[in-house]
Amino acid sequence: MIELESLSISFGRGANRIDAVRGVSFAVAAGESFGLVGESGCGKSTILRAIAGLYRPSGGSIRLDGKPAGAARTKAQRRLAQMVFQDPYGSLNPTHTVDRILAEPLAIQGLGEVESRIPRALAEVGLGGEHRFRFPHQLSGGQRQRVAIARALIVEPRILLLDEPTSALDLSVQAEILNLLSRIRDSHGLTVLMVSHDLAVIAHMCSRIAVMFRGEIVETLAVEQLRRRAAGHAYTRSLLASSFETAIPAG
Amino acid sequence: MTARSGSRAWLLAEAPASRTQARLGRWFVGWLALCDNLLAMIGLAIVVALVVMAVAAPWIAPYSPYDQVLIDRLQYPSLAHWLGTDDLGRDILSRVLYGAQITLVIVALVSAIVLPIGLGIGAVAGYVGGWVDSALMRLTDIFLAFPRLIMALAFAAALGPGIENAVIAIALTAWPPYARLARAEALTIRKSDYIHAAKMQGASGLRIVWSHVVPLCISSVIVRLTLDMAGIILTAAGLGFLGMGAQPPTPEWGLLVADGREFILDQWWVATIPGLAIFVVSLGFNLLGDGLRDVFDPRGV
Repeated sequence: MIELESLSISFGRGANRIDAVRGVSFAVAAGESFGLVGESGCGKSTILRAIAGLYRPSGGSIRLDGKPAGAARTKAQRRLAQMVFQDPYGSLNPTHTVDRILAEPLAIQGLGEVESRIPRALAEVGLGGEHRFRFPHQLSGGQRQRVAIARALIVEPRILLLDEPTSALDLSVQAEILNLLSRIRDSHGLTVLMVSHDLAVIAHMCSRIAVMFRGEIVETLAVEQLRRRAAGHAYTRSLLASSFETAIPAG
Repeated sequence: MTARSGSRAWLLAEAPASRTQARLGRWFVGWLALCDNLLAMIGLAIVVALVVMAVAAPWIAPYSPYDQVLIDRLQYPSLAHWLGTDDLGRDILSRVLYGAQITLVIVALVSAIVLPIGLGIGAVAGYVGGWVDSALMRLTDIFLAFPRLIMALAFAAALGPGIENAVIAIALTAWPPYARLARAEALTIRKSDYIHAAKMQGASGLRIVWSHVVPLCISSVIVRLTLDMAGIILTAAGLGFLGMGAQPPTPEWGLLVADGREFILDQWWVATIPGLAIFVVSLGFNLLGDGLRDVFDPRGV
């Protein structure tokens, strides 16, 4: 579903050039959940945004559903992959009601049945009709993130890109959102690509992970290997050691 | 429950039931915040008074603003002429009241021209960036490089004297700060995640500018415009005073001040009364603008 072939992304020119991503390749099968982990600045979010079509790759290629996907895309291509952002405060326009936030993607994509789709999308993320005409500032962080998830789902994408979707939330809310995301993935049969620095969150959602360091993938491993501490690369081991040792039950 | 508290509860509902209710509720919250600001309410009262004066001038003015009664010229304020008469025996109160119409028209027309131009250029420049931004901002810089009144004078002289041309001249000189302001706002929001989300949904640049960038710029632009009203009124009066704006016998306030200039020491009211009108209305717009800024500015909350 998602195929990256020696993808490179750089910003700036000349002496200011920064190679954020250097020759990254991986493939995510349809229905699979794949995680990208690494410390901040390692390029994992940049990859996600390139897949989303927000950054133009400087080398290599991205294929979504078997077709090349650059920065210029048709509406149908855009609809294929939707994203949930890290910060639920910055990802919703403060001047739009929830209703308008959800109605806009429908208008852009030319999808009808607005009056039935919006309540359905809200119900799916656990929000009621009473939230429909509120502004983001009248919602809690968890509720905002639910609205952001509903906005992503309302155009019925097949790929869900998650950029640290829980790291800005309280611990108790994190678990709720993670469970919601797992449930939605299973019921819609979504392909998920998740970025996080939190190994516990990744282990909860994903079956396979890639560990990134300074713009490159140093190791790809299954979650079972992660649980068995069977990491091959020294960086992965140090990441495991520095991560919450207690958060991922061994075994 | 009275109807008043019922509608209040409806407006302040935590969970509005319709788009209209949500929008009206939002306006109502802003209105309540404005009501808390005494100076802003004074400003609003002055602006409302200006509008009422302008609209009701034909009914409340005691005389025609154009009727000359030469034997009554330069009369001191009295019961017959509350604010005195000018050098042609015209009633100053009536002329000031009719002048409110002209001031209001100038202010409305300048706003109607400046707001879309400034907002459009600024929002597009800030959102699109790159060479579009550079080109539009250099154009803005060129207009900003000239002193405002001087450029308005030059335009008015080139276009010929008259209120319409004064409006065009003022608008041409007034839009650049709005473009700058809108661009600054657009720059801060172009990288935000909700813009990214809209892009990912396939929104066109035009849709993003119109539905995301412009609504977020518009509050600061309106605040700036309200604060600028005083400047616009003063520039219009200045043009009138210098003979480049409204022409006699139009009762434009700047022109009235110019008329009274010759008698400023002996018949002080002829120039002072319209000058006071300019001062009070400018003050009103400034107070209202300050209040609006406090309401709209999220940093102040």
